[in-house]
Amino acid sequence: MAVIQHSPHEDLPPPVSQTGIIGWLRQNLFSNWLNSLLTLLAIFILWKTVVPLVEWAFIKADWVGTSRDDCDSGGACWVFVSVRFKQFMYGLYPEAEQWRINLMAIMFVLLMIPMFIKSFPWKKWLGMFILFGFPIVGFYLLSGGAFGLEHVETSLWGGLTLTLVLSAVGIVAALPLGILLALGRRSEMPIVRALSVAFIELWRGVPLITVLFMASVMLPLFLPEGTQFDKLLRALIGIVMFQSAYMAEVVRGGLQAIPKGQYEAAEALGLSYWKSMGLIILPQALKLVIPGIVNTFIALFKDTTLVLIIGLFDLLAMIQSATQDTKWLGFSIEGYVFAAVTFWIFCFGMSRYSQALERKLHTGH
Amino acid sequence: MTEDFAQTNEKLAVEIIGMHKWYGEFHVLKNINLEVRRGERIVVCGPSGSGKSTMIRCINRLEEHQRGKIIVDGIELTNDIKNIDQIRREVGMCFQHFNLFPHLTVLENCCLAPIWVRKMPRKEAEEVAMKYLERVKIPDQASKYPGQLSGGQQQRVAIARSLCMNPRIMLFDEPTSALDPEMIKEVLDVMVELAESGMTMLCVTHEMGFAKTVADSVIFMDGGEIIESNKPEEFFSNPQHERTQLFLSQILQH
Repeated sequence: MAVIQHSPHEDLPPPVSQTGIIGWLRQNLFSNWLNSLLTLLAIFILWKTVVPLVEWAFIKADWVGTSRDDCDSGGACWVFVSVRFKQFMYGLYPEAEQWRINLMAIMFVLLMIPMFIKSFPWKKWLGMFILFGFPIVGFYLLSGGAFGLEHVETSLWGGLTLTLVLSAVGIVAALPLGILLALGRRSEMPIVRALSVAFIELWRGVPLITVLFMASVMLPLFLPEGTQFDKLLRALIGIVMFQSAYMAEVVRGGLQAIPKGQYEAAEALGLSYWKSMGLIILPQALKLVIPGIVNTFIALFKDTTLVLIIGLFDLLAMIQSATQDTKWLGFSIEGYVFAAVTFWIFCFGMSRYSQALERKLHTGH
Repeated sequence: MTEDFAQTNEKLAVEIIGMHKWYGEFHVLKNINLEVRRGERIVVCGPSGSGKSTMIRCINRLEEHQRGKIIVDGIELTNDIKNIDQIRREVGMCFQHFNLFPHLTVLENCCLAPIWVRKMPRKEAEEVAMKYLERVKIPDQASKYPGQLSGGQQQRVAIARSLCMNPRIMLFDEPTSALDPEMIKEVLDVMVELAESGMTMLCVTHEMGFAKTVADSVIFMDGGEIIESNKPEEFFSNPQHERTQLFLSQILQH
């Protein structure tokens, strides 16, 4: 019998054609003649579109100045945006009071920072404050009329401020209402179930524009004469009702994905309905539907631009009215690009946050 | 640990009198009569679909019965939510698929009900939970999530979770049928130990070895009826009913 001498083989680097930039290029872009052709075509299209865009937006753009005369280099005229920037942010909010909005924004950011610090011990309480306490502080800061702050009519609120107020209130109110509706729709009590189904189907059945029109035009007709009902509040109620119906269906999807055994285990331990929902079912169901919930939030955020048609001036409406200013005619593209980028930043932020949340809550292994 | 669950009270733990249940048109349970004394260990067996799980699930109202009486720990099960909640506090249950809460750690799984149902302070609940986790021999897994444990470990956590509520009666619904063979033993060991401590147990299982060692009586069900009820030695060596004989010959073949 032959004795085979075994000596460990040392690790060799893989062949050059498999790794590194050349390997990657060969595998992904030039694996055969068709792919090579498509790659070249794609490069050509990118060259024809991205290069002029970068040139327009950055290289040839004008950044500083005070009037349209400063825009003479042929690229984008960001001067238009920078001159109008305050209006885009604050709408018609009185200039002397704008510090209140800034203060609110700074407070929000400062409050949010600890939420992202892993070891911060009072996250639960801080979260509660952000959800329930901060809106009250924010309301008094924005609206005034108390604590020595001058009252600012909601008709003066506008720009990005209004967009954020509408979407923040919409998000904070639509989620709990949606959860209640979803639970109601799965309830064993026939009246509760019927009411939930009716509510959800009614609001899902009409377009948001109709809801907003109803809120601003029709609703005052039904109210007793002389009742003053803030237009912003009416729009907010409409948005919350509308989005909560969508939210309810998203949450219901999550509730249905929870195995029956979880309900039974909670019941068998003697947990009451609300405790088993709050401690066992909802934490799991909501985690499952984070993508759907964030989807609804993003849709809500973008839908707030529809308040334009009932005469509220959100970010998009402010930009649109600025483009009609005779001094700045012809710069609507810059305005709309600015609007698009701003909306994209917020929506992308929400999307990333939801992904981080999903990873954090993952316990499946 | 023998003194924990020993009961001096002579009352019956569970009493079922003339109970019937239907699923729609289907008559699943027919005239069930059963008495379980305190500290008694009863094993329920029978072919699948015979209604054995349904029967023990009626005892803590996971299923509703339509006719007859169920009296648990002196309280009659009615539609009254108060009675149901009171009974569920005293009756622990283990399921075939464990049904641990996947979003909570093992320790949190165990503490949840004592804290929220028994209003126990968190610290005390954690001490109790650790005591029972030690009893089922997995205190070192307390901070893990159920998804990180093996099936046998999960089922032992589920048993510990039920025990944390300090129940007077334990129901087991096929606790080992979803487990790999090598994990069945670790769960059965815990159950045997629990039985030896004097806990009143109703156990749906096909583990005939377990039935022989710990059961005070074995009940055989078929077609929604209790066909035969006897002491284990009698039940296995001298089954009375034809259907029992057939069932035993089938499961004891291998």
